[in-house]
Amino acid sequence: MKKLLIALVALVPTLAIAAGSTAHLEKANIDLNDQESLQRGLDHFQNNCAGCHSTQYQRYERVATDLGISLDDMRAKYIHDDAKIGELMENAIPEADAAKWFGATPPDLTLVARVRGEDWIYSYLKGFYKDESRPFGVNNTVFPSVGMPHVLEELQGLSVKQEDGTLVATGGTLSAEEYDQYVRDLTGYLVYAGDPVKLERESLGWWVMGFLFIFFIVAYLLKKEYWKDVH
Amino acid sequence: MSNAPVDTGRRRFLTAATAVVGGAGAAAVAVPFIKSWNPSAKAKAAGAPVEVNISKVEPGQLIRVEWRGKPVWVVRRTQEILDGLPTIDAQLRDPDSVEPQQPVYAQNPGRSIKAEYFIAVGLCTHLGCSPTYLPDTFGEQVEGVASGFFCPCHGSKFDMAGRVFQGVPAPLNLVIPPHQYIDDGTVIIGVDKGAA
Amino acid sequence: MVKNIIDWIDARIPMTATYNRHVGQYATPTNFNFWYFFGSLAMLVLVNQLLTGIWLTMNYVPTAEGAFASIEYIMRDVEYGWLLRYMHSTGASAFFVVIYLHMFRGLIYGSYQKPRELLWLFGMLIFLVLMAEAFMGYLLPWGQMSYWGAQVIISLFGAIPVIGDDLTLWIRGDFVVSGATLNRFFALHVIALPLVLVVLVFLHLIALHEVGSNNPDGIEIKKNKDENGWPKDGIPFHPYYTVKDIMGVAGFLIVFCYVLFFMPEGGGYFLEKPNFEAANPMKTPEHIAPVWYFTPFYAILRAIPDKLMGVIGMGLAIAVLFILPWLDRCSVKSIRYRSMAHKLNISQFAVSFVVLGYLGAVPATPALTIAARIFTVTYFGFFLLLWIYSKNEKTKPVPERLTH
Repeated sequence: MKKLLIALVALVPTLAIAAGSTAHLEKANIDLNDQESLQRGLDHFQNNCAGCHSTQYQRYERVATDLGISLDDMRAKYIHDDAKIGELMENAIPEADAAKWFGATPPDLTLVARVRGEDWIYSYLKGFYKDESRPFGVNNTVFPSVGMPHVLEELQGLSVKQEDGTLVATGGTLSAEEYDQYVRDLTGYLVYAGDPVKLERESLGWWVMGFLFIFFIVAYLLKKEYWKDVH
Repeated sequence: MSNAPVDTGRRRFLTAATAVVGGAGAAAVAVPFIKSWNPSAKAKAAGAPVEVNISKVEPGQLIRVEWRGKPVWVVRRTQEILDGLPTIDAQLRDPDSVEPQQPVYAQNPGRSIKAEYFIAVGLCTHLGCSPTYLPDTFGEQVEGVASGFFCPCHGSKFDMAGRVFQGVPAPLNLVIPPHQYIDDGTVIIGVDKGAA
Repeated sequence: MVKNIIDWIDARIPMTATYNRHVGQYATPTNFNFWYFFGSLAMLVLVNQLLTGIWLTMNYVPTAEGAFASIEYIMRDVEYGWLLRYMHSTGASAFFVVIYLHMFRGLIYGSYQKPRELLWLFGMLIFLVLMAEAFMGYLLPWGQMSYWGAQVIISLFGAIPVIGDDLTLWIRGDFVVSGATLNRFFALHVIALPLVLVVLVFLHLIALHEVGSNNPDGIEIKKNKDENGWPKDGIPFHPYYTVKDIMGVAGFLIVFCYVLFFMPEGGGYFLEKPNFEAANPMKTPEHIAPVWYFTPFYAILRAIPDKLMGVIGMGLAIAVLFILPWLDRCSVKSIRYRSMAHKLNISQFAVSFVVLGYLGAVPATPALTIAARIFTVTYFGFFLLLWIYSKNEKTKPVPERLTH
């Protein structure tokens, strides 16, 4: 037993190292209840990302309803092809073209927040920096050798990696705080897209928990009553 | 086992309480299972209203449109056909469209918004086959009526307003779907008049 | 009226007799503790899996092209589809939680010992089929983890000498995991294995009710009967254990539903993050690990630096559980009355199993591989030591009647 404990204690530091090997991520602090932020995020996504990335598992109508946008607004602003409001958001460029331009098909982003996590997306969108050795002239702190240009460069400006590893962006149309918010909105929208039912699920969850709590008490009292016979 | 006296009242109450709460829980659990059989967002999207351009339909011609997976007919009726409709009332089950087989705005002699265009779900009200349009040879089925619809499955007959004849298996007139005109040449099927 | 109907049925099939034998008059020891909830809970989870599974099948598309999208279709477009799917995915993990605890209960109270060897064997078969069921089910979402997990596990069969390569080809039905593999796994997951599982559960219950339930004291209550032939330490299953199990179910559901509604991904252990990305045969995820319930065995596989030996080691880790009733040569069942050596041995086994489970879930490093080797040795050491000391074990006197 003692040896076991020693072995276990010896394990702890190695485990800690194993766990801490990923790049530092900034907290995104998403609030899914902030519909205005999500609406802005949708807008940012459709204007900057949807050209190449589809969100083909969700439907325009559901997104509009969940985000509190009227169907007419949704149609007018974001449906540029002959898609109907109830259809999947499969826009984007033909896969073959994309593969030719970027070397790979830009992935669908409906579920990216569930694959990567919100902090990763937030950090990724803030993490582009100048690197002439890359095909698009930029690299990324959380996604090394990224195969995508810095689409938001005009807004953020181009970051240069400093000696200490931090990034300093200059020349963007947005201030650093504005850009953070811009990216946070975008991240929030992707978090929503990955798990659109989250708010509904959790509110239903509280009802279920409340019910089960009552059920448990009744069942406990019943058990106690019958078991008087035994004890 | 102890021989302490049993409080049967309390026991019965708690048993009932557990059964009721548990039963309510079981009923609640059944809800998602039952509701998941409703049309999904995909099915609803596929069943969305359909816009039809009717400006090119010739007099006497029938075109088929798919709405919610069903055939919807658009027939352009000639004045001759329209004039013939009231003359056969006596041979029909429901000549005045009393049964709610059509929206209120189509509860008229021609069962349509515009008399010229007859729009109906092309499924027999007997067992759901799609009747055949007989523009010229319907007289073989009903003497003296030039055109109408004949169901090949069980021989039900309908006139040019989709009204069912007597003496056939089909009990009701053909269904008129909700529809409205956006302009003279375009009709949208699946949305009621007035609704956007 | 009701009595007439019952009499009518009883004259034709033994309904009342069966009910009495297995529920109404089934003599159950009075001293079941917390550990005895998990049998009925396993049954509950089984029913949950069967029902939600049938419902998922209604919208799932078992093709390589359509599978991933059909899961998202269920999650987004089908009314309450998300709930049914999370019930099934959370249920899969819950099944193993419950089964592992149920098995551990058997281990500490000697429920595998004579005369319950066959009961234990049926249980082990259930465990084996359940693992196959879970593995095949995990391929169906056709995500990255589904795909590469299946790739790795099927490749294990390639370690078998001579026939290995042909065998893996045959299992996959293609040169890589493909739509053909998905289709056969689907058929096995939704039809074949559930059938086998239900039959085995039935046999498990028959075997249990034939010999009677063990208990935390490891005493046969049938040895002490009153003048009516009823065990003095026994109470009828109904109502006493039905009401107790209902309470257990309520308690379990509180935990289960909390996970289901508030953390359905189970921190990335119940639904792994890379599985939200569609299968891509050209790209392996950075870190691939099986779902948590396989990780103890996976850790053993990785710990052994030889492909064939690794597979054998992993197989043995499961196989050795089958012969547990014959490895333990002690006549005292419950840990309560057994030696300090046995208590320590079971404790170290539990620790080994949990640590191996952890090690199998994290990326392998040289230090962790050494740790995995140590715990692999202690895992197997449990069985070897048990076999050695149980022959002449110094046990405490076992009481005649149940204690509480």
